Amino acid sequence: MERKRESQVKELIRRLKYNKSALFGLVIILVLVFCALLANFISPNDPTPSPPDLANSLKPGFWGKDAAPGMPLGSDALGRCVLSRIIYGARVSLSVGFVAVGIAMALGILFGVIAGFFGGWVDSLIMRIVDIMFAFPALLLAIVIVAVIGQGLDKTMIAIGIVYTPQMARIIRSSVLYIKEMEYIEVQKAIGSSNARVIFRHVLPNSIAPVIVYGTLMLATAILDCAALGFLGLGAKPPTPEWGAMLSRSYSYIVSGAWWAATFPGIAILFSVLGLNLLGDGLRDILDPRLKT
Amino acid sequence: MKWYIAKRLLMLIPVLLGASVLAFALIHLAPGDPARTITGDRASPQAIAAIREKYGLDKPLPVQYWMWLKQVLRGDMGRSIVSNEYVTKEIMERFPNTVELTICAMLLAIAVGSIAGIISASKQYSALDYTTMGIALFGISMPVFWLGIMLMMIFGVFLRWLPISGRIDTLLPFTRITGFYILDSIITLNFRALISTIRYLILPSVALATIPMATVARVTRSSMLEVLRQDFIRTERAKGLSERLVIYRHAVRNAMIPVITVIGLNFGLLLAGAILTETVFSWPGIGRYVVKAVTIRDYPVVQGCVMFFAFIFVIVNLIADVLYVLIDPRIKYE
Amino acid sequence: MKKVIIIVIAVVVVVAVALILFFTLRPKPVVVEQTLIFGSSGDAVRLDPADVTDGESIQRMDNIFEGLVEYKEGSTEIQPCLATSWETSADGKEITFSLRKGVKFHDGTDFNADAVIFSLARQYDTEHPHKQYGEWAYWGWMFYDVEKVVKIDDYKVKIVLSNVNASIMTSLAMFTVCIVSPTNAEKYKEDAFKNPVGTGPFKFVEWVKDDHITLVANENYWRERPKLDKLIFKVIPDASARLMALEVGEVHGIEYPNPPDFDRIRANKDLKLLTEPGMNVGYMAINSGYGYKDGNENSKRDADEPLVKTIGYLEPLTKKKVRKALNHAIDKQSIIDNIYMGTASVAKNGMPPFMPGYNDDVKDYSYDPEKAKGLLAEAGYPDGFDVTLYVMPVSRPSMFDPPKIGEAIQSYLAAIGIKVNIYQVDWGTYLQETQDGKAQMCLLGWTGDNGDPDNFLNVLYGPNAGNIGLAGNYGFYMEEEGQDLLTRALQTYDVKKRAEYYRKFQDLIHEDACYVYLAHSNQNVAFRKNIEGYVLHPTSRKFFYPVSIK
Repeated sequence: MERKRESQVKELIRRLKYNKSALFGLVIILVLVFCALLANFISPNDPTPSPPDLANSLKPGFWGKDAAPGMPLGSDALGRCVLSRIIYGARVSLSVGFVAVGIAMALGILFGVIAGFFGGWVDSLIMRIVDIMFAFPALLLAIVIVAVIGQGLDKTMIAIGIVYTPQMARIIRSSVLYIKEMEYIEVQKAIGSSNARVIFRHVLPNSIAPVIVYGTLMLATAILDCAALGFLGLGAKPPTPEWGAMLSRSYSYIVSGAWWAATFPGIAILFSVLGLNLLGDGLRDILDPRLKT
Repeated sequence: MKWYIAKRLLMLIPVLLGASVLAFALIHLAPGDPARTITGDRASPQAIAAIREKYGLDKPLPVQYWMWLKQVLRGDMGRSIVSNEYVTKEIMERFPNTVELTICAMLLAIAVGSIAGIISASKQYSALDYTTMGIALFGISMPVFWLGIMLMMIFGVFLRWLPISGRIDTLLPFTRITGFYILDSIITLNFRALISTIRYLILPSVALATIPMATVARVTRSSMLEVLRQDFIRTERAKGLSERLVIYRHAVRNAMIPVITVIGLNFGLLLAGAILTETVFSWPGIGRYVVKAVTIRDYPVVQGCVMFFAFIFVIVNLIADVLYVLIDPRIKYE
Repeated sequence: MKKVIIIVIAVVVVVAVALILFFTLRPKPVVVEQTLIFGSSGDAVRLDPADVTDGESIQRMDNIFEGLVEYKEGSTEIQPCLATSWETSADGKEITFSLRKGVKFHDGTDFNADAVIFSLARQYDTEHPHKQYGEWAYWGWMFYDVEKVVKIDDYKVKIVLSNVNASIMTSLAMFTVCIVSPTNAEKYKEDAFKNPVGTGPFKFVEWVKDDHITLVANENYWRERPKLDKLIFKVIPDASARLMALEVGEVHGIEYPNPPDFDRIRANKDLKLLTEPGMNVGYMAINSGYGYKDGNENSKRDADEPLVKTIGYLEPLTKKKVRKALNHAIDKQSIIDNIYMGTASVAKNGMPPFMPGYNDDVKDYSYDPEKAKGLLAEAGYPDGFDVTLYVMPVSRPSMFDPPKIGEAIQSYLAAIGIKVNIYQVDWGTYLQETQDGKAQMCLLGWTGDNGDPDNFLNVLYGPNAGNIGLAGNYGFYMEEEGQDLLTRALQTYDVKKRAEYYRKFQDLIHEDACYVYLAHSNQNVAFRKNIEGYVLHPTSRKFFYPVSIK
């Protein structure tokens, strides 16, 4: 069993090598992770200097005449280095993405497995609740949840995590239903294995593929939604360098000529989401041809 | 089929009821008091108490919910605490704006998306295919609000081609009949108003259309490819029909089936995307309105709008499902 | 399936044709009449002058409604309007007004004593049939001293006060006591707020929510007819979009232009920027620890209501030295230069310099982080401490872009070792929590209602303002000596003596240091060059009667 999984991983890597776009996505993600982990070392400036360098606010980057010293992408309205804030922002976005998707996965797996494995009224109940949550546009639901639990990075994670749970639960449930019908599960049940054993040893490991694929794609939307909340002023608290908030705080300066402070965070969001989408697509092609759209 | 639709409609009742509980509970759990928002920083205790009493905010939550539900079932969603206007009226005044924007975006997405998908599929692995799909990938990864800002910056601020906020040139004489500006200007044969309306619609529609456009393009392409691989297409080709004819007459019709589902699903998502687009472009629609209502805790409005959104959402999804079943004979309905 | 293709092709053709049309046929604005479009930052909430407090609603209504008295152009001095003259009784508790004859409301109703009584009584008389149709939130705040309004004859009314109130006449020029048409109110009842009918220079025509409100000239105005034929308030929430609209001529004037865009406006020969010091103050309040609980909810501090700890009590902030350190740690000038972009002046007192009784001898705390660190060490906090700062979610006339100012303060205080945790909530909750005394420090501001120093100092720091639950005194300045001065000032008619009390008070509150006064914001509006006659009013109210288009 162990060896088999190891070889699966090898196979995955081998096939990933031939999928150029997925590989490109992976590279973007690795750059992102690199920025997130080593932000302290690679960013040219302190993202939140103290006291603030207000005299240097809204200075252009390397292209401008009146450039701020040592700030390649210019400075924002509080005189902070845009590049450094984007690098630190990778940390924020990735952690929101991972934690939110983690929450969605944990809850989704819990409810999805229970619903799929036990069926009957439990299934109906859980699926009706899922239906109810699906009746709301995700962003709207997240906005309302943030209104309830308050603002902050942690709250953003929780809100997005909750909003994504029903989707995950549905995916897990259908995958469990599919596996449950397979013969060897029937055999396991027949030889008297306990429910828990069947779930943990057989059902869950076999549902891992869709979880990984959808988890990756969900990570992309989580980063987008986190930025959207930040943009609406409902995300991370200042001075957290969150991309969406950076954008929303700077776009009113575009007319007066300071386009950089709003443009670059947007590009950062675009490329991270793109990377995750590419990787997710690639993984889907490799792991689960069934899911191909 | 009738039974299937009836069953699906019946199933909507508990879902909407549940949604109403959720909508009510969430916004009332949120800290904050609309009475304070109204009175602002010049509050007197009498004024606050009077407002709380008037809107029943001093009653226990279940009682408030029951009162509200009874009202809603009579078709009355109450009055906004802030504006004192009927919530239904507030919604209906803004809803046509959102619908007009959403439909424009959807048409744009379908037109451009499906054509791009078809071309891409018919020239698989060509440079054109790669470029189109590359653009589509960027499209689905696009933060809508950022794209909106960039469009405003380029076409509004730098090039000055298009207006960046509002619905129509205020100076134009214009009669509102339905609230759908394109329709109204056609009914009243107001050509100037029509052009003005469309000019104001372009940037927000393009921003809103990007994600569904990219999705439609991708789905159309992959479904086209699948169809092109199938036996009957090979037969057609073998019969010596021209490639163009094969693609347009046979492949496209079969490939459009999954696209329809995607369009249905995306329509709901578009309504959600409208929240961001309307905020960026100061569009007087329902998405921007609901965000504002949440932040000032205008309970009746939030409840009303959220329920309204939920209603539209489930209905659109239902229609998409039904269409799918109708179009694709391979799907059985339970 | 053919249909689908046809539809697709049709759509493409339509889009293409449309695209060609826009770039060839960009419609030029047609101006047949003197129409002025003003770009506002938000929509009105309600159009009943007694039922709202927000600037956007007031902006529309100031051109539809009038009161008994009004402000002189550009000042807070009053002059007759719907009342031609008035007399105050010897004890100062009764004011008798003679009303203007021959004035008609927009709906044809005669203006008379009944209209005056109707407009005011519905706000204070609990038995009044129209009491239920509004919240009348402002009445209890500014007019609690009015006991009743009595009709003497058709063109004479008497306002009876329960207490002597020196500022009542200036208060009567406020929007809250504008006169509405009783027949109209009777006709629309709870919907009167969207069918406003007054006596003012403009008549209401239509209101398209979140988009615009249209007014037209009142042909039967009792003064000369306004020069404008039409006045439209168009909602454009985003400041950049507003400026763009002004530049291309879609609107003729805008409010709240973005300070970074000022140079751009000044450089444009088609535009002009009107700037004037505003009657406001923006500040950071430091919760000094104790307020009182208003047990009987009379909004007054009674003898049996002792001081209690506020929820936002934080040990270090109760020490005067720490509060002074905070004052020294923030570089106000830099905030004004770089965040306000110069459109404000540094504040050192709780009211703007042009107010009577302003104390210019107060020496402001200098920006001196070293001194601040020293003071912190002396107070016993050499390593600083953690504190929560409430930051307003919205720009106010008194404070431009609070989130940025909050962040700047956060990083200034970090430099002296104080870790600031920024707290943001929606505006309603924000007010509730700060009024409840939950905030350790908060950003807030105040805009004057009527030009009286009492409206700044007494309402914010008077003996009744430290009410936990409905505090206006967010820093909980509770020194009795200072509060006594404010009470004495309110009861004093002698202008010089009154000013002296206020000056003394400003010394005391400066020394107590529970407020970091940041800025007095200018009020700015931008117009196209051909718009003439607009005069800024200190209270930021907007009167379009004298405006014309050249």
